[in-house]
Amino acid sequence: MSRSAQREGSPVNDGAPRKLRIATTSLAGCFGCHMSFLDIDEKLFDLLRHVEFDRTPLTDIKHCGPCDIGVVEGGICNAENVHVLREFRRNCKILVAIGACALNGGLPAQRNHVDLGACLQEVYLTEPGLARGCMPNDPELPLPLDKVHPLHEVVKVDYSIPGCPPPAEAIWSFFADVIAGRTPHLGHGLIHYD
Amino acid sequence: MTANGAADVFLLDGEPIPFAPGQTVMQAALAAGHYIPHLCFHHDFKPHGSCKVCTVRVDGATTASCTLPAQAGMSVECKADDLEENRRTLVQMLFVEGNHFCPSCEKSGNCLLQAVAYDLGVLDADLDYFFPSRPLDASHPDLLLDFNRCILCELCVRASAEVDGKHVFALSGRGIGKHLIVNAESGRLVDTTVAVTDKAVDVCPVGVIIRKRVGFAVPIGRRRFDARPVSAQALEDAPRRAPPEAAP
Repeated sequence: MSRSAQREGSPVNDGAPRKLRIATTSLAGCFGCHMSFLDIDEKLFDLLRHVEFDRTPLTDIKHCGPCDIGVVEGGICNAENVHVLREFRRNCKILVAIGACALNGGLPAQRNHVDLGACLQEVYLTEPGLARGCMPNDPELPLPLDKVHPLHEVVKVDYSIPGCPPPAEAIWSFFADVIAGRTPHLGHGLIHYD
Repeated sequence: MTANGAADVFLLDGEPIPFAPGQTVMQAALAAGHYIPHLCFHHDFKPHGSCKVCTVRVDGATTASCTLPAQAGMSVECKADDLEENRRTLVQMLFVEGNHFCPSCEKSGNCLLQAVAYDLGVLDADLDYFFPSRPLDASHPDLLLDFNRCILCELCVRASAEVDGKHVFALSGRGIGKHLIVNAESGRLVDTTVAVTDKAVDVCPVGVIIRKRVGFAVPIGRRRFDARPVSAQALEDAPRRAPPEAAP
């Protein structure tokens, strides 16, 4: 079956319900939210009975195709982040922001009160121990934004899972609700900002 | 007190709440074991009415319950979808106006703003962040001031003036420019009369006034509001009414 056919979710009707197609990515994040996702441990087997993966760090697919759910970790710190986020928004019926960086910029946003030029100068030129440092200028490097932004300042976000990282139980609770057709709900103990 | 000796009551979401003369709706509700979400209210201090999180509806009008004098027969609505939505928006506005990075905050888990947000089911801010620039004041040997987290509740202002008798803290400026200042020519905490044992230090509901060298002695995940939601704990703090004596 071609990948595009899988994406449409059309062909092969073997009687089983169509699997939800999921894409995930990490933008200005640390992959900690993805690690917490993997921390659902044996429930991954339950999940895989109901979902299949499009672009994720696990499949190494480079671009996000049509999906039911897009899960985005990390904030927006450069031009490439904006392109990837918009691709996710165009292709995903439900876009989920996961983790502190996606929701409020998180750790990378700690640079927001510092002038970008001064920040780059400090990191690449004047920091002690960088005697032969130089400012990166490879044309393939995405240009940094002057501030780090949370996802909802760039695209519409449908659901948020807070935490640094969110507990695995919260991530599983979200997927279990969506698979069961329920509106996701995180109660006490599953909503954490730290 | 009514003519037959029974306590006056008002209705809170249909439940009768007894009250003593001079009590506000918030004070009477907490004393009777009913939680109303709040940030700037503290039972040790005169109500302030600034955060508006405790807003309730009486006869179609909304008002802060912490400053509303209880009156016999009044019907107060607290648990309504629109009031809860307004509370969530107020809390979200506080989060975007400051720099509240919970993962790196020593107060996380013991923070009232965070706990009220958890309790209201706030998952995100849903508003554009201001990312203001607010330098720290680490001048004092025992205390750190992190202005990024201030919610302008004035609890430190009230505690320093009313309990400590020092007037160390005040708010300055207007509107979005309003900010916390300290009472020293230099503007630095080290040059004030503040002491680590002051009530003003103890009462900060968020992570502005931080004791140094305490940090993460209690790890995140084992802190006050990690265990149970604030709505279950606020009642334990409140001065409670003595149980009514059994009728003869």
